[in-house]
Amino acid sequence: MNSTILIAVVAMFAIGITAAIIIYIVAQKFKVIENPLIDEVVELLPGAHCGGCGYPGCRALAETMVKRGSLENLNCPVGGKEVMGQIAALMGLVAEEKEPMIAVLRCSGSKLHAPDKVLYEGASSCSFLHQLNVGESGCPYGCLGQGDCVFSCKFDAIVIDDKTGLPVIDNEKCVACGACVKACPRQIIEIRFKGKKDRRIYVSCVNKEKGGIARKNCTVACIGCGKCVKICPFEAITMENNLAYIDFEKCKLCRKCVKECPTNAIAELNFPVIKEKAQPNTEVQA
Amino acid sequence: MLPAMLVSIWYFGIGALTTTAVAVATCVAAEYLMKKYLLNEDPSVSDGSAIITGMLLSFNVPSSLPWWQTMLGAIFAIGVAKIAFGGLGKNLFNPALVGRIFLLISFPVNMTTWPVPLSNRWVLVDALTGPTPLGQLKEGLANGETLTALKAHLPAYQDMFMGQIGGSLGEVSAIAIILGGLYMLYRGIITWHIPAAYLLTVAAFTGILYMIDPTHFIDPIFHLLAGGLMLGAFFMATDMVTSPMTHKGMLVFGVGCGLLTVAIRNWGVYPEGVSFAILIMNAFVPLINKAFKPKRFGEVAHG
Amino acid sequence: MKTFKLGGIHPEENKISAQQPIEVVPIPKTVFIPVSQHLGAPAKPIVEKGEVVKTGQLIAKGEGFISANVHSSVSGTVQKVEEIVDYSGYRRLSIVIDTNGDEWMDTIDRTTTLKKECTLDSKAIVDKINEMGIVGMGGATFPSYVKLNVPQGHKAEYLLINGVECEPYLTSDHRLMLEKGREIMVGITILMKALMVTKAMIGIENNKKDAFQLMTDLAAEFQDITVHTLKVKYPQGAEKQLIKALINREVPSGKLPIEVGCVVHNVGTAFAVYEAIQKNKPLFERIVTVTGKSIKKPSNLLARVGTSISDLIAMTGGLPDDSGKIISGGPMMGRALSNADAPITKGTSGILVMTEKESKRVPVLNCIRCGRCVTVCAMGLEPFLLAKLAENKVWEEAEAEHIMDCMECGSCQYTCPSGRPLLDHVRVGKFEVAKIIRTRKN
Repeated sequence: MNSTILIAVVAMFAIGITAAIIIYIVAQKFKVIENPLIDEVVELLPGAHCGGCGYPGCRALAETMVKRGSLENLNCPVGGKEVMGQIAALMGLVAEEKEPMIAVLRCSGSKLHAPDKVLYEGASSCSFLHQLNVGESGCPYGCLGQGDCVFSCKFDAIVIDDKTGLPVIDNEKCVACGACVKACPRQIIEIRFKGKKDRRIYVSCVNKEKGGIARKNCTVACIGCGKCVKICPFEAITMENNLAYIDFEKCKLCRKCVKECPTNAIAELNFPVIKEKAQPNTEVQA
Repeated sequence: MLPAMLVSIWYFGIGALTTTAVAVATCVAAEYLMKKYLLNEDPSVSDGSAIITGMLLSFNVPSSLPWWQTMLGAIFAIGVAKIAFGGLGKNLFNPALVGRIFLLISFPVNMTTWPVPLSNRWVLVDALTGPTPLGQLKEGLANGETLTALKAHLPAYQDMFMGQIGGSLGEVSAIAIILGGLYMLYRGIITWHIPAAYLLTVAAFTGILYMIDPTHFIDPIFHLLAGGLMLGAFFMATDMVTSPMTHKGMLVFGVGCGLLTVAIRNWGVYPEGVSFAILIMNAFVPLINKAFKPKRFGEVAHG
Repeated sequence: MKTFKLGGIHPEENKISAQQPIEVVPIPKTVFIPVSQHLGAPAKPIVEKGEVVKTGQLIAKGEGFISANVHSSVSGTVQKVEEIVDYSGYRRLSIVIDTNGDEWMDTIDRTTTLKKECTLDSKAIVDKINEMGIVGMGGATFPSYVKLNVPQGHKAEYLLINGVECEPYLTSDHRLMLEKGREIMVGITILMKALMVTKAMIGIENNKKDAFQLMTDLAAEFQDITVHTLKVKYPQGAEKQLIKALINREVPSGKLPIEVGCVVHNVGTAFAVYEAIQKNKPLFERIVTVTGKSIKKPSNLLARVGTSISDLIAMTGGLPDDSGKIISGGPMMGRALSNADAPITKGTSGILVMTEKESKRVPVLNCIRCGRCVTVCAMGLEPFLLAKLAENKVWEEAEAEHIMDCMECGSCQYTCPSGRPLLDHVRVGKFEVAKIIRTRKN
């Protein structure tokens, strides 16, 4: 009995040592020399691997940052200013001041403003519905409300509001990674500046049809009248294909266009309410 | 599975009923809770897959297994083999078999103590226990007995066919399983490919071995009737989620299971090879799916 | 009995309108004629608001190789040339005409006597088919003259005629064969002349025994036309499956039927060709089956292109109370309408009114990997895999798995026990992959 145990122990020991030696040799021979800085940057990054920076995964962004040796045009929207500042400090660079961004739904075609003309009975997918049919409200450019954007959001920042039938983007949770922008088959969602004090103004419509036709389907559609273009003191608004567009880099949030719009197509978020005149349509997005 | 259920209640009494009840109830509860809290999904158990897993698990264990062990096995089967992979349709391994193997490794004594049929019908705690035919065979051969001497001890084929032998709920009655299997074929729930490939391979392989050396290898009929082969071929290997999608792939799967089962039975440590064979082949299924694609219409041979 | 081997399903046939003879729909007050009723580039309107047109007059000219002319289906004044909401809810450019009487173009022969002889040569026939705006009447609306232009290096051996009508509920081809069988036969001989083939085969599914009998009797009067009965299996009427069943040849992936030496045309197209060549009548009316379990009088209606679908439904006794969806086409490949005033086009083979109960979709569960979709796919594809790739937007791999071979027959979605929208996913996938292929070519 003793000899059996002894043989077993010696044999196991020998195998163990041999294996250890082989592993050591292989590890040395096939070692990949990598800049240890990359690992340190990866530690700082949030690790969501959401692709919001435009690179596949946090490690890829870290590699690019270290290899380039600069943070120019590189930004982690999830980590934001704080994380970028830390990475800059680590790499001995100065972080670019980036304006925080957020996803914005440019459509107010809720069940109230753009009532359903027909009911959709099928799989809940915006891309299916967009291909097969114009949608329940009849507007060929408007939000279909089936939730492709909700499904694509990895940060739980979008929910469909049951009353309006439109998605609502959470001000705090959204990191502007752009997944919902890609998911929307009608390109209704846009990444825009979050704005000072989270205030932002945008044309809440992407309908390119002539005014009369657009209004048949939705009461708050942009009819392409051009009044907002004329009134804007900063030339931030342009008109193309019967649709107005506010350039968020030029907009100074003066709110003149919101008052001017005859169909209430321009939305303003997180502003104090003006007591006189008609309410601008803020009830759609929270 | 109903014929097998009824037969096992007949042979094993109340123990069979309680084991099945515990297994099914735990599986359903586990799936409901895990889906709700772990997967954050709509906790619907209406597809009945948890019930099937529960029944199959109880078919794989002795009817005398302590209820808390059955419960553990059920939780492991649903939790690890099914929910951890993503829920219905996403598991790689057959949950009932995974549960069984977990129990076998964790509680080897309880899992290899088989109640003798007809003796314990009304008794909840089984008093008389005995080995399964395969168990007898393996032990006997290991002890150096010759086959001819062993055959005197082993149960008659008739008993094995009808079910009057020691074993788990699903193992014992070949006829009951065959009836159930034929019904499923008729209703189109399963196709013939996997059971046929599996059984024929076992018969062929053991047949060849028997012809080479009848003193060490028992004949094919014994192998076909013994152990969980019938149950495995008709109920476990044919599980849609863990088997290949094309008919060609299914045949390959069946053959693989057959070869492995016979190999484990004859040269492995365990007397029963069906569970392990199926689980190993489950692991190969994604590869089989990739390799055996259906023939396309208008497929150009070289392009 | 002949059939195709790979895949296929047996949905309920529901041919409830099969015994209804063809009725003529009265000319409506206004017609809405889309300029794109065919595959390929839309036609360009050549009339303006206020112009007076006659029935059969050319009102839009085809642009490019794959396109078709559009003719007026009524006589009257053009109200406007504008984008009109079609059945999908989207707006499409259409010519709207206020009708006034029914004055036909002088060139059209309105007599009903059968004209057997065709004096035109092959090229003249093909040109005239193009001129008359003939498109595939089975529903695909492919411009027919294009199929008759055999490309260099290929030779046509067979003309195959599709009398299968495998979609449940639809019976327009069935009635056409029963009532206009002789004209169809002459149309087939004309097509044979155009293609310069000596053999034509007609395929008819076994659920139309009266049509089969009639066509067989008629074929005896004509040279080289044989009629064959085919097993009832969906999608037997699909081009590639028809070719496989009749002459046992498989069209290679990504290629056209001419690759295996044949051209396929629908019986409705053959009839339209007869009228076009022998009677100088352009394509501006067609038979539409209006049917449904609750419809009072399921009918086969001869309607002018541009008639509103609601007019046709009114002729069958009106929209039933328990209606759920109105489908343009059959239950397998048709599309649900969101606008019942949308017009009938050259490709509208049927209007199916589904009851509320029939229209309800089943809840979507996880894929249980049963493999039934693979078993029923007539093109030998793996629908579960294609749907998964499309869902996860992996377009390159979807292309590699031959998603473009899918003919969108719907057998997979029909069979799926988990109610997964396989075809919907594949359609999205095909759309995106087609975009990628187009950008690659440019």
